[in-house]
Amino acid sequence: MISLDLTSALPEVFLACAAMVLLMLGVFRRAGSTRLVLVLTVVVLAVALLLIVFSPDDRALAFNGLFVTDNFTAYMKVLVLLGAALTIGMSLGYIEREQMDRFEFPVLMLFATLGMLAMVSANDLISLYLGLELQSLSLYVITAFRRDSVRSSEAGLKYFVLGALSSGMLLYGSSMVYGFAGSTNFEALAEVLAADLAFGRAPSLGLIVGLVFLLAGLAFKVSAVPFHMWTPDVYEGAPTPVTAFLASAPKVAAMALIVRVMVGPFGDLFEQWQQIVVVISIGSMVLGAFAAINQTNIKRLMAYSSIGHMGYVLVGLAAGTEAGVLGIVVYLAIYLIMNIGTFACILCMSQEGRMVERIEDLKGLGKSNPLMALALTILMFSMAGIPPLAGFFGKYFVFLAAIKAGLYALAVIGVLASVVGAFYYVRIVKLMYFEEPAEVLDRPIGAVLRLMITGTSLAMVLFLLVAGPVVGGAGAAAAALFAG
Amino acid sequence: MSDWPLLSLITFLPLLGAAFIFFIRGEQEDIARNARSVALWFSFGTFVLSLWLWFSFERGTAEFQWAEEVLWIPGFNITYRMGVDGISMPFVLLSTLLTPLCILASWEAIKVRVKEYMIAFLVLETMMVGMFCALDLVVFYIFFEGVLIPMFLIIGIWGGARRVYSAFKFFLFTLAGSVLMLLAILAIYFETGITDIPTLLDTRLPPEMQTWLWLAFFASFAVKVPMWPVHTWLPDAHVEAPTAGSVILAGVLLKMGGYGFLRFSLPMLPEASALFTPLLIYPLSIIAVIYTSLVALAQEDMKKLIAYSSVAHMGLVTVGIFTVTQQGIEGAMIQMLSHGVVSAALFLIVGVIYDRMHSRLIERYDGLVERMPAYALMFMVFMLASVGLPGTSGFVGEFLVLVGAFQVNTAVAVLCASGMVLGAAYMLYLYRRVIFGKMTKEDLRTILDLSWREKAIFAPLIAVVLWMGIYPMSFIDVMAASVANVIDNYEAALAAAEGPSLAALWPVE
Repeated sequence: MISLDLTSALPEVFLACAAMVLLMLGVFRRAGSTRLVLVLTVVVLAVALLLIVFSPDDRALAFNGLFVTDNFTAYMKVLVLLGAALTIGMSLGYIEREQMDRFEFPVLMLFATLGMLAMVSANDLISLYLGLELQSLSLYVITAFRRDSVRSSEAGLKYFVLGALSSGMLLYGSSMVYGFAGSTNFEALAEVLAADLAFGRAPSLGLIVGLVFLLAGLAFKVSAVPFHMWTPDVYEGAPTPVTAFLASAPKVAAMALIVRVMVGPFGDLFEQWQQIVVVISIGSMVLGAFAAINQTNIKRLMAYSSIGHMGYVLVGLAAGTEAGVLGIVVYLAIYLIMNIGTFACILCMSQEGRMVERIEDLKGLGKSNPLMALALTILMFSMAGIPPLAGFFGKYFVFLAAIKAGLYALAVIGVLASVVGAFYYVRIVKLMYFEEPAEVLDRPIGAVLRLMITGTSLAMVLFLLVAGPVVGGAGAAAAALFAG
Repeated sequence: MSDWPLLSLITFLPLLGAAFIFFIRGEQEDIARNARSVALWFSFGTFVLSLWLWFSFERGTAEFQWAEEVLWIPGFNITYRMGVDGISMPFVLLSTLLTPLCILASWEAIKVRVKEYMIAFLVLETMMVGMFCALDLVVFYIFFEGVLIPMFLIIGIWGGARRVYSAFKFFLFTLAGSVLMLLAILAIYFETGITDIPTLLDTRLPPEMQTWLWLAFFASFAVKVPMWPVHTWLPDAHVEAPTAGSVILAGVLLKMGGYGFLRFSLPMLPEASALFTPLLIYPLSIIAVIYTSLVALAQEDMKKLIAYSSVAHMGLVTVGIFTVTQQGIEGAMIQMLSHGVVSAALFLIVGVIYDRMHSRLIERYDGLVERMPAYALMFMVFMLASVGLPGTSGFVGEFLVLVGAFQVNTAVAVLCASGMVLGAAYMLYLYRRVIFGKMTKEDLRTILDLSWREKAIFAPLIAVVLWMGIYPMSFIDVMAASVANVIDNYEAALAAAEGPSLAALWPVE
C-alpha cells in the first residue's frame, strides 16, 4: 500500500511544474507576457483536466498515504479545474482594462488551484493543511492584487487576518486530534474511532474538541454561518474576476475537503458533528436568504447568495449518507456553472468603460441588451431553484437526502429559506425587465464573456437532458467515498 | 394504442414554436408581425393535434392512454412518463384551446416586446400541457413549477400599474406552497422508492404519514385553486395581468389546483382526505363561496369582480371533489372546464372594452348596448353561464356538485347553493351597470362594436359553453370511468382502514 508512487498524483505534479515554468516565462519575458501566460494557464488547466479524466478510477494512494485519488476526488477535481479555467479565462479583458495585467495574476491563480487539488486529495491532516495554505496564501495575494485600491487592499488584509485565524483554529484542532488519537492519517484515525466504537468506549472528549475546531476552521473556508463575516467584504473589495474565482473553485475544494474529513476519518463520530452541521447549515440558509434582500451591490449580493448555497450543500452533509454526498456533488457542479455564468454577467457591467456593480445598474437591461438579460434571467431563476432549470435539481437531491435521513425540520426550514432567497434573485429579473433603463450598459461585450454567458445559461436550461449521466457520475463519486 | 408519442408532440410543439420565434430577425415591425403569426400557427397546430387526442380517446376505461416512458435519471427511478386519462385529457384540450385564443386576443393589445410575449405564451403552453400529461411526480413538479417563470414575466412586463407588486405576490405565494409539496414528493419517494403516478395510485401509504403529506399537498394546491384565505394573490394578479394573462390564469392555472386534489390528494391519501374534508375543505370552501361572492358584489373594478367570482366558483369545485361521489366529482370536473371557458371569456370581454377605453372601472361605462349590440349579446351569454343558467355549462357543473353535496352533507349543499344566489346577484348587477341604462359618458359615443377578430375569438367559446350545457354527456362519457375508478379506490382504501379513525391518524403515545 505505502509507496512513493507518483503516477496517481500526475495531474498535480504536472500542474506544479507548469506553474513554475510559467512563472519563469513571465519573469524572463517581462512586459507584455500576461496575455500569453494567461492563455497558457488555461491550457495547462485543460491538460490537467484531461489527465484526470483519463486516469484510472480505482482508489490509489501516493506519498506514503498522504494523498489519495478515487472517483470522488476525480469528480471534484474536474469541477475545481473547470471552475478555475473558466474564471481565469474570463478575467483577461478585465485585468487588461483595469491595468492589472501582471503575469503573476494567472500564475497565482494556478498555484491556488494546485492547492485546491491537494485539498481534495488530502488523506492526512498534514497534507490537508499544506493544500489549504497553498490555496489560501495565493488567494490572499490576488484579493489584494489591486494595490492602489483601498478597498482591494482592505479586502486582502481582512481575508488574510481572518483566514490566518481560521487556519490557527484548524491547526489547533489537528493537534488535539493527533494528541488524542495518535495519528494524523485519515485511515488510522478511522481505525482508532472504529475500535472505540467496537469496544463500546465513548470517544475521548479531547478528540471531539479537536473535531469541533477542525470543523470551525473548515466552515470558515466555505463561509458558513457563523464564520461568514469576511465574505461580503472580501467579495465586494476584491477585483471582480477574483471574486468570481473565490466564489467558485475554492468553495468546491473546501466542501470536498469537509465531506472527506467528516465522512472518512470521523464517520463514526457522525452523531457528534451532525448537530454542528445542522446548525451551521440552517444559519447559512437563513442568513443567506434574509441578509441578501437589502443589498445594493451585486457582488455583496452574490456573497450572501454563496453563503446561502453553502447552507444547502451542508444539508446534504447533515444527512451523512451516500445519498447526501451525491446531492452535494450534484449541487456543487450546478452551483459552479451557475456562479461562473452570473459573474460573467457581472463582468459585463460597465458604463462608459468604467465598471459598475450596483444592482440598480441592471435596470432596463431587458431593453438595452435582451440576450444578456435573458441569460441572466435564466441564471437567476436557476439560482432560486425553479424547475425546469438546473438549480432545482441541486436542491432536489440534497433535500431528498435530508428527508431520507429523517431531517424533516431542516428540510422545511431549507425550502422556506429558498422561497425567501427566490425573492432577491427574482428582484434582479424585475429590475431588468419591469423597469426602464436609467443608464445603459456598454456594448458590445467581449467574445469570451459572450461565449461564457451563452454556455452557462444554456447549460442551466439543458441540464434536464444530461441529468441522468451527471447524477450517475455523482453517484459513483459518492460511492467511492463510502467504499473507502 | 399507437406508437407515436402524441402527448410529447402536443407538449413540446409550442416550445418548438418559441424557439422559432427566438431566431426571428429583422425590423421591429417585421419581428412583431412574424412572431404573432408563428405563435398563432404553432398554437393552432397544437390544438389540432390535441383534437386527435379527443377523438382517439377510448371512452369507458380508467387506463392511462397514449402512455410514453423514457428512463430519465436511472439511479433514482425517475422516468419521463406521460399519459392521459379521463381526468387529465379534458384539461389538455382546455389549455390548447385557450392558448391560440389568447394569442389572437393579444394581437393588437400587445405592442411592446411582442417577440418575448409570444415566446412566454408558448413556453407557458408547454408547461401547462406537460403538467396535465405528466405521470411521474418529479416530471409533474417540474412542469407545475415551471409555469411560474413565464407567468411571472407576463404579469410583470406587460401588466398594469401595480404589476411588480402583483407579480411578486403571485410568484412568492405559489412558490411557498409548492416547495412544501416538493418535500411531500420527496417523502413519498423515500417511503415507496418510486415516483411513478399510476403505481402510486394503487399504493397505500401509512396513515400517520398521510396526514403530513396531505397538508403539504394542500399547501400547494390550496394556493393554486385558490382557497380562502390564501386567495389574496389572485385578485391582484388578475387585475394587473394583461388580458391574455388573466385568461390563462383563470382558465388553466387555477385548474392545476383542482386537478392536483383530484389526482393526488384524494386517491393517494384517502384516509387523510377523509379526515380533512370536514375539518378544512368544507369550511374553507363555504367561506370562499359566500364571502368572496359578497366581496365581489362590492367591487368597482370589473377584472377584480371576475377574479373574486373565480374564487367562489372554485370553492364549489373543491366541495365537489371532496364529496367523493360520482356526481360530485363529475360536477367538479365540468365546473372546472366550464369555469375555464367562461371566466376566460369574461376576461376577454373585459379586455375588449379595456382595449378601447383603457379603463376597467365599472363606473366608466354605461349603456353600452346602444353602441355595441353584438358585444352585449356575447357578454350576456357568458354572464349567464357564469351564473349557472340551465342550458349553459355553468348550470351542469353547479347542479352536479350540489347533487353530490346533498348526498353527503345537507348543510354544505344548502350553504353552497346560497352562494350561487349571490353569484347571480353580482353578475347581473355588473351587467346592468355596464350594458344597460342610458349612455351618459360622452366618449363612449364613438366606441366600436366587436371586430371580426374578436368575434372569431368568442365563437368557439360560446360553442363550447352551449355544447357543455345542452349535451354534457359527451364530456361526462370521457371522464366517468376514471372518476368511478377514483371513487372505488378511495372507498376500498377507507374500508381497508376500517373507517378513518382519529386514533390511527393521531397516535396517542
